[in-house]
Amino acid sequence: MLVLERVHTHYGAVEALQGVSIEVRKGEIVTLIGANGAGKTTLLMTICGSPQASSGRVIFEGEDITHLPTHEIMRRGLAVSPEGRRIFPELTVTENLQMGAFYASRREIEEGLEHVFTLFPRLRERSSQRGGTMSGGEQQMLAIGRSLMSRPRLLLLDEPTLGLAPMIISQIFDIIRTIREEGVTVFLVEQNAHQALQIADRGYVLENGRMVLSDTGPNLLANDGVRRAYLGA
Amino acid sequence: MSQNLKNAAIAALLTAVLVTPIIGLQLQRQNFELTLIPHWDKVVLASAAVFLIQLLHPYLFRNGRTAIRLPAWPQLQPRQQRIGMLVLLAIGFAWPFFGSRGAVDLATLALIYVVLGLGLNIVVGFAGLLDLGYVGFYAIGGYTYALLYNYFGFGFWESLPVAAAMAALAGFLLGFPVLRLRGDYLAIVTLGFGEIIRLMLNNMTELTGGPDGISGIPKPTVFGIEMTRRASTEGGTTFHELLGLSYQSQHMVIYMYLLALILAVFTWFVSNRLIRMPIGRAWEALREDEIACRSLGLNPTAVKLSAFTLGATFAGLAGSFFAARQGLVNPESFTFIESALILAVVVLGGMGSQLGVVLAAILITVLPEIARGLAEYRMLIFGLVMVLMMIWRPQGLLPATRPQVELPT
Ligand SMILES: Nc1ncnc2c1ncn2[C@@H]1O[C@H](COP(=O)(O)OP(=O)(O)O)[C@@H](O)[C@H]1O
Ligand SMILES: [Mg+2]
Repeated sequence: MLVLERVHTHYGAVEALQGVSIEVRKGEIVTLIGANGAGKTTLLMTICGSPQASSGRVIFEGEDITHLPTHEIMRRGLAVSPEGRRIFPELTVTENLQMGAFYASRREIEEGLEHVFTLFPRLRERSSQRGGTMSGGEQQMLAIGRSLMSRPRLLLLDEPTLGLAPMIISQIFDIIRTIREEGVTVFLVEQNAHQALQIADRGYVLENGRMVLSDTGPNLLANDGVRRAYLGA
Repeated sequence: MSQNLKNAAIAALLTAVLVTPIIGLQLQRQNFELTLIPHWDKVVLASAAVFLIQLLHPYLFRNGRTAIRLPAWPQLQPRQQRIGMLVLLAIGFAWPFFGSRGAVDLATLALIYVVLGLGLNIVVGFAGLLDLGYVGFYAIGGYTYALLYNYFGFGFWESLPVAAAMAALAGFLLGFPVLRLRGDYLAIVTLGFGEIIRLMLNNMTELTGGPDGISGIPKPTVFGIEMTRRASTEGGTTFHELLGLSYQSQHMVIYMYLLALILAVFTWFVSNRLIRMPIGRAWEALREDEIACRSLGLNPTAVKLSAFTLGATFAGLAGSFFAARQGLVNPESFTFIESALILAVVVLGGMGSQLGVVLAAILITVLPEIARGLAEYRMLIFGLVMVLMMIWRPQGLLPATRPQVELPT
């Protein structure tokens, strides 16, 4: 479904990704773990085309999207819940969600809202509240809900549990499972390696812009190197 | 305290520097010689006043920059709101028949600023694009009518859509390259655009009449019937003949007012609808977070361009109406000050608040007329009001309150 081939990404002279290759297959949950500054966000945003890869290829559903502008990539069936959530603070919850399906018909928007409100009953209660006045967990739900509004086939999540309370974190992971069961492929960037690897079919480990490991979720959980570096064991 | 003293001293010094050329040095003509008469006493007085105010500032306004609270707008039900609007509209349509000629004429001008303010409000208030060259589109609208009349004998009604389209086209063509720029850069480029348009109109003398402009522009007809003393064509009927009235120039003034009112109401409704549509929400979302918009598949340039072009369209409409009202256009009417004034209407009204913009447009046109005696100090007072507003009520007269969506639960 999604393939990255030897992708290099630069910020000016700094090479944040140094020849990264990954593959995400249809129906999988694939997670990417790595320390702060490893380049996880850069990798995710390179898929979205901002920044664009300086060499290598990004292929989504067989189409080379490496050099497409972001707004065109994001209309091809993938959606992102970006790092830091980036919800619209002044817009209400409903309006935030509607922005996620800007090009959809009115009926599709209604269906999308219903779908998101079923996934996150909390958002239905808050539907006319401003995004900026909600708690961190609610904002994260809103960010995920908003990205689901366009009915993506591939969902990219950048650290959806960062800074949230343990109970909310498990809720979010539950939701990610549900989303996958509904047929959406998930590519999950996490620092919360333990829980991420538990729900993931496969995982990648990124260090300083290079992919150092890739294996199934259970194998990575059992891997000594991973346990030492990311699971605090 | 010493910090305070230092601030006050610096402010006083700045005042002295600023004030010296304005009131400190007076040019006087004696026969054929110009002499410079200094008034140092006034400069000292001004500096001292500023020094004192700055020194006492923290004590005078002890609770800091608290915003002035205006009485809360009564919460009306949508039904009551609609009735209120209708009543206001009815009054708006009826009063000119009883008002004085000067008042009606002034109200017409105010309504032109309402249209301009509402148009620029889309660009600045909603899309958050600082456009300092809005007057350029206004000028294009005005000159489109003037030129079409001058060279092709077009009337007002035929020219109106063309003027709107020309302004929209200009907005589109200008917006395409410049909307990639961020805040300040956009402001500078649009500022330049406004000046370029004015200079072009000034210098293309053969086409535009240069500094003299184009005059004799006819007023709008009433469904094809002229509202003049005598019909311009042999055997034509005029308005007063048709209705069996005696000719009065007051009729035209009222007619222009009513047209301006219709134009303003039209602008209000169109922009009001637009901001409730997905595109309006996209403007707002873009103002809040461009990166998020991009990652939701929105093309920021296209979204901005739509706001910019729509704003320009309204300026074009207002421009051709202005040309008809004045009967002449010249580059003098489209200087940067005009852009600043329209921007002031938007900022003063409370960015994004339509009702606020209407109120501010009326204030900005009517107040200077009331304070005629102070005409010389107009810009000074204007500046002072803006500074005070920014200190005490930076959110504008009637800040925008977002319509909240209530879902039945
Ligand atoms: N906009 C940027 N400009 C310059 N350097 C950046 C930018 N964003 C990230 N970087 C650098 O790229 C590297 C990877 O960052 P990032 O992808 O955010 O890591 P992670 O998401 O894994 O914490 C870091 O060294 C970071 O400093
Ligand atoms: Mg990151």
